Amino acid sequence: MELLAFGDTGWGDELFYATLMTIAVSITAMFIGFLFALIFTPLKLSKNKFLNFIANSYTTIIRGVPELLVIYLFFFGGTGAVMYVASIFGYNEYIEINAFITGAFAIGIISGAYSTEVFRGAIQSIDKGQFEAANVLGLNNFGKFFKIILPQTLRLAIPNLSNVWQITLKDTSLISVTGLVEIMRQSYIAAGSTRDPLLFYSFAAVLYLLLTFVSMKLINRLEVKYSRGY
Amino acid sequence: MDLELMINSFPKLLNAAVITLKLLSVSLIIGLFIGLFFAILRLNKNIFINRFAYGYSYVFRGTPLLVQIFIIYFGLGQIEYLRSTVLWIILKEPYWCAIIAFALNTGAYTSEILRSAFQTIKPGIIEAGKSLGISNKVIFYKIQIPIAIRQSLPAYGNEIILMMKGTSLASTVTIMDLTGVAKYIISTTFKPIEVFIVAGGIYLFMTFIIHNVIKFLEKKYSFN
Repeated sequence: MELLAFGDTGWGDELFYATLMTIAVSITAMFIGFLFALIFTPLKLSKNKFLNFIANSYTTIIRGVPELLVIYLFFFGGTGAVMYVASIFGYNEYIEINAFITGAFAIGIISGAYSTEVFRGAIQSIDKGQFEAANVLGLNNFGKFFKIILPQTLRLAIPNLSNVWQITLKDTSLISVTGLVEIMRQSYIAAGSTRDPLLFYSFAAVLYLLLTFVSMKLINRLEVKYSRGY
Repeated sequence: MDLELMINSFPKLLNAAVITLKLLSVSLIIGLFIGLFFAILRLNKNIFINRFAYGYSYVFRGTPLLVQIFIIYFGLGQIEYLRSTVLWIILKEPYWCAIIAFALNTGAYTSEILRSAFQTIKPGIIEAGKSLGISNKVIFYKIQIPIAIRQSLPAYGNEIILMMKGTSLASTVTIMDLTGVAKYIISTTFKPIEVFIVAGGIYLFMTFIIHNVIKFLEKKYSFN
């Protein structure tokens, strides 16, 4: 138990900050995922075959290839890609990308593919009459989307988005391979220096369980909020 | 684009894909039995048995697979007692540790899939069996299980694909599976995009095959 204490003798404070890091990466990745979903959901629903093809390739490739492979691509390829783009603009110095950004971006792209599917399903299951009624009421596109379609989409999407959040949260453990000090990486360091892997990895498991448990409770509240009137 | 590297690495990656498929199939078979066992426990009316089965699936679904592998591979080796038993022959091999972790993980998801399949069977079907004088055991094996399997096919197909992606974590415990070899080639050549295209292509091909086999089975065993 001493090993988990806060302060110089234990790893408690390090693991606490690592947990905050996991939460930060997960939220950032989820947010990046939403941005991707915002771009790709309309492409998926579009009538244009080519735009459809682009969006379908994105979701199929990401959901069919292991997360770890995507992370390796970003970890090894990210710096090169950024330096290539920078060289076009005439900047030739070495650029090191922060592990947090690489990790959040890699997990975000994965999370975005799942979010896209969730939003597509939710929008498609909204009754056509709702779109027509909004038109009849003379709402402009902005009002139609934010006042009529989005609230209903959220109600349908939240249960599935909570699954996406769980997947994203668990996937962040994989970016420990890039050296970002989140729960998994910190446990690895602690296990290595104390030679007590069983304790630290079990504790990591408890931390993840705690995170999933608490976030489920919070999401359930949201679900209740958005299903008022049903 | 380094086409030569892509062509040269293809056979190496293909060989590694065989290891991925081995890991996948062995852990799916063991996981199916674990899943069926815990699904039956979940349907038990005894609250302790029920809670125990729920706890199992909750813990394995609520923690990352990477943690599970690390606990089994690095953690269990620390227990002196285990090292002196026969179990150590299995637990000192990273290959078997990975399979144990995968099987327990997929078992947890499978138990949820099967449980919900059992629960959606209409009571009328079981009652019909009873009124025909069929014993409970036969009703379970000949009526409930076949219906549950059909019901759970689409969800189980997803689980197979998720598990195939999960086997990539075996590379973190020194197993040279498809992802392990891909990482090795990337770190020796520094050509991540080329290797990603070839390795990702092989993964996508496997996903495609699994997807279509499940679709075929769904059609074959559909109710109408």
